[in-house]
Amino acid sequence: MRYLPKSPADRTEMLEAIGVASIEDLFETIPAEYRLTEDLKIPRQHGESEVLDRFRAFAGNIASGDPAKLASAPASKLYASFLGAGAYRHYKPVIIDSLVQRGEFLTSYTPYQPEIAQGTLQAMFEFQTMVCELTGMEIANASMYDGSTGAAESVMMAVRVTGRNAAVVARTVHPEYREVLKTTTQHQGIPATEVGYDAATGRVDLKALDAAITDDTACVLIQSPNFFGTIEDVAAIAEIAHKKGALLIVSIAEAVSLGIVKAPVEADIVSLEAQSFGVSVGYGGPYCGVIACKEKFLRQMPGRLVGETKDKNGKRGFVLTLSTREQHIRREKATSNICTNQALVALMVTIFLTVYGKQGLKELAEQNLAKAVYLRGALKAAGASTKFEGTPSFHEFVLTSKEAAEALNAKLLGKQIIGGLALSKWYPELGENATLWCATELTTKVQMDAAAAVVGAK
Amino acid sequence: MSEKFIGTPRKVTTHVNQNEDLIFEKSSAGKKGYRLAQLDVPTVDAASLLGDAVRTDNLGVMPELSEIEIIRHFTRLSTWNYAIDLGMYPLGSCTMKYNPRINEMVSRIEGLAEAHPYQPESLSQGALGIMKLLSECLIEITGMDAITLQPAAGAHGEFTGILCVRAYHTANGNPRKKIIVPDSAHGTNPATAAVCGYQVANLKSNALGMVDLEELERMVDEDTAALMLTNPSTIGVFESEIHKIADILHAKGALLYMDGANMNALCGKTRPGDFGVDVMHLNLHKTFSTPHGGGGPGSGPVAVKKILEPFLPTPIVKTNADGSLGLDYNRPQTVGRVRAWYGNFGMFIRALAYILANGPDGLRQTTEDAVLNANYIRSQLEGTFELPYKTRSLHEVVFSDKLQAKNGVKTGDMGKRLIDYGFHAYTVSFPLVVQGAMMIEPTESESREELDLLVDALKQIAREAEENPELVQNAPHTTRLQRLDETTAARKPILRWKAPVAATQLTPDTAAKEW
Repeated sequence: MRYLPKSPADRTEMLEAIGVASIEDLFETIPAEYRLTEDLKIPRQHGESEVLDRFRAFAGNIASGDPAKLASAPASKLYASFLGAGAYRHYKPVIIDSLVQRGEFLTSYTPYQPEIAQGTLQAMFEFQTMVCELTGMEIANASMYDGSTGAAESVMMAVRVTGRNAAVVARTVHPEYREVLKTTTQHQGIPATEVGYDAATGRVDLKALDAAITDDTACVLIQSPNFFGTIEDVAAIAEIAHKKGALLIVSIAEAVSLGIVKAPVEADIVSLEAQSFGVSVGYGGPYCGVIACKEKFLRQMPGRLVGETKDKNGKRGFVLTLSTREQHIRREKATSNICTNQALVALMVTIFLTVYGKQGLKELAEQNLAKAVYLRGALKAAGASTKFEGTPSFHEFVLTSKEAAEALNAKLLGKQIIGGLALSKWYPELGENATLWCATELTTKVQMDAAAAVVGAK
Repeated sequence: MSEKFIGTPRKVTTHVNQNEDLIFEKSSAGKKGYRLAQLDVPTVDAASLLGDAVRTDNLGVMPELSEIEIIRHFTRLSTWNYAIDLGMYPLGSCTMKYNPRINEMVSRIEGLAEAHPYQPESLSQGALGIMKLLSECLIEITGMDAITLQPAAGAHGEFTGILCVRAYHTANGNPRKKIIVPDSAHGTNPATAAVCGYQVANLKSNALGMVDLEELERMVDEDTAALMLTNPSTIGVFESEIHKIADILHAKGALLYMDGANMNALCGKTRPGDFGVDVMHLNLHKTFSTPHGGGGPGSGPVAVKKILEPFLPTPIVKTNADGSLGLDYNRPQTVGRVRAWYGNFGMFIRALAYILANGPDGLRQTTEDAVLNANYIRSQLEGTFELPYKTRSLHEVVFSDKLQAKNGVKTGDMGKRLIDYGFHAYTVSFPLVVQGAMMIEPTESESREELDLLVDALKQIAREAEENPELVQNAPHTTRLQRLDETTAARKPILRWKAPVAATQLTPDTAAKEW
């Protein structure tokens, strides 16, 4: 096996040094009846070129990964895609992959020995600083699994901070985030009440929100831009929540929006999905969640934190800090059971933010906005209508086509176009014809015109 | 330094040190590291489109640098990290094995990296095929019946597994009240039980560091939902009476949860499903070679026996009547979704590439070599360091600092001194059941030569502890930074950089320099 650095003679000599006759002697503590006597029934050992061929076949959409089938199948086609809904396709500068594939980043462990992990630690400190700047919060952790689990952890954090037990959640929060929240909090006595949206604006129904908050409400969880792409009135929602002593959590699924959309400074906690910052959509993961918040909630924040300090000679350095909140010290009393974070993905985010920087993030967000405006116009001109007109939105919107989503998307697929996401599964009130469309800086005018032509076809 | 004994292990050298400011201190207004493609649609006026929602600040500290400066910054930072690619990483319980580069390459093939999680199933057959084949391999390796790949990491897998346990008991009448956790367990186990709404009952280990069967029998009752057991245990020893443990639990209707953190000792040699385990998680970033990346991403699939299958998170991969693959969301008894979409798909690709590269013979040889390496280290260092438990080790060995502590040299000091000799420290002070634990897991990725270098270094350190203890107590000496003040870091947390003079552009003269 090519990954194993032993010669047969090494193995024999090492067994002699240990003082056993055979390798089986080292496994004697496993009762013989449970020891495998034959090979596992898994694919045989592959050469490197065979591994590559097999994954090329998978990438060419061959379910078996059999490269021979790829040869006889039509070459995998390039599809234009208008999908977003929490997984956004943005350009990923080449240097991100060059840098994160350096073995020193890729193959290092959690930085528990800071003297030989300053590279990861300083980059994480830079990550925390950038997230604070973008979200308008005072502190940020060094990443969570993703936006869905980050939102759930934020709710549990708000329960600890306020000593209250319930949550109010906007229906305009990503449906899968809401499912994760329900799964995560179900055994902690945290009832979640859902609040609907205004049918005209696609934003949280403020009156219903006000009515839903009780003395036991720890937090209000919203998403902005929300699942429909509409930007919520964060200030108004914050006022309603705060008036009744509840915290406001703002979940942000599209981080690129922060280049042009006002930071949710009125929030108490921001749960960010940073995938848009240089991380491939990659069939749903790995992504990069982050929790940012006001400094006063520091001790209740889950996840790893990197802090600045000095070494014994007075040189600046960085360490993992405040680990007394974490499970390896607190065990069952920990703020969360989270151990692993998304360090390498957070590094990708940090490099992306450095590449675009102060000017680029704004310019990038403006391009996304311009593309979405064009797409909306083109689809409307083709005879479809869009929902929630007149409410500010970023780069996604809800389209109502003349035919059902399924039929429209089948037609689009025939033209190598992946249309918008059908919404009736989660929002039956929007009807069978409602789809969620997204345009980013990578969506071209040619693709948008082609989609409009299909939408408008008789 | 002192004139007393200083060792000269063969691997010792000087680290490459470069000073590098924070990215914000290197920024200059007007520099750019990007150029967007030319916009092919009309420009828009953001302020009029967004109204009050438009961002008006100038993104304060966000940096402005050119591409070469960005490359140098992060490359220089990388040189401050130790990594598997530089040498042995003997961290016990972390399984720091080689991360094959073919894994990285195949995970970046466009048809996989650019697959959208909501794209039609007809266009996702390859992605689903990867999930299906990986699932089948992991089910075969563990000897279980069904699996979910959704959990994002080991602790997330524990959470998912215990949720399934809870759902199972609830379906059978009541969720029960407590989870038993041995005192040798990793801290995530009790934390997981707590977030799933269970009380934690601590089980003391016996004199051999194993589960005390009599004590277990006394503790298990009709209120016991499960035992969370790490096997091999955190002292690297197989629970030889595992089937009796399972029987004790099953007799009272309780389940056996296995923390699969140490699966690198078992893969291809024995299967948890065969020795009584009902539910377990795997760490793809340990046993199956996906990179640790400085702390993540991980991936923590949960494998279960048939009785728990109905409760697995939604969706799971299914085979349609026509033979094509799809996602099954219609699972009425599911615990729900634990993460958006299907899990850390990029890690599934890497883990499957590793399994294919190994095959059944490679996985078995890998396990044998991992166990051989740990036992070799044990044989070479027993006597130099105290070995608190004499039971046969599998993939890791736990010594203690007892012999050195009498000179005031602790496990943490010796771990730091190992850094001077070109290694990462072993795992310090864990498991908690061993006072002054030194937990060494070499993995299969080390040659005999590299193991001998580690043995050489640790023997030197033991001698230093006798003859020149302060040399060890003050280690490391050769790193760019020496011991860091963690107390002040926690007491007065500085968690983000702030410009020293507000609204003033930094220059090398005004930036706060520490070097």
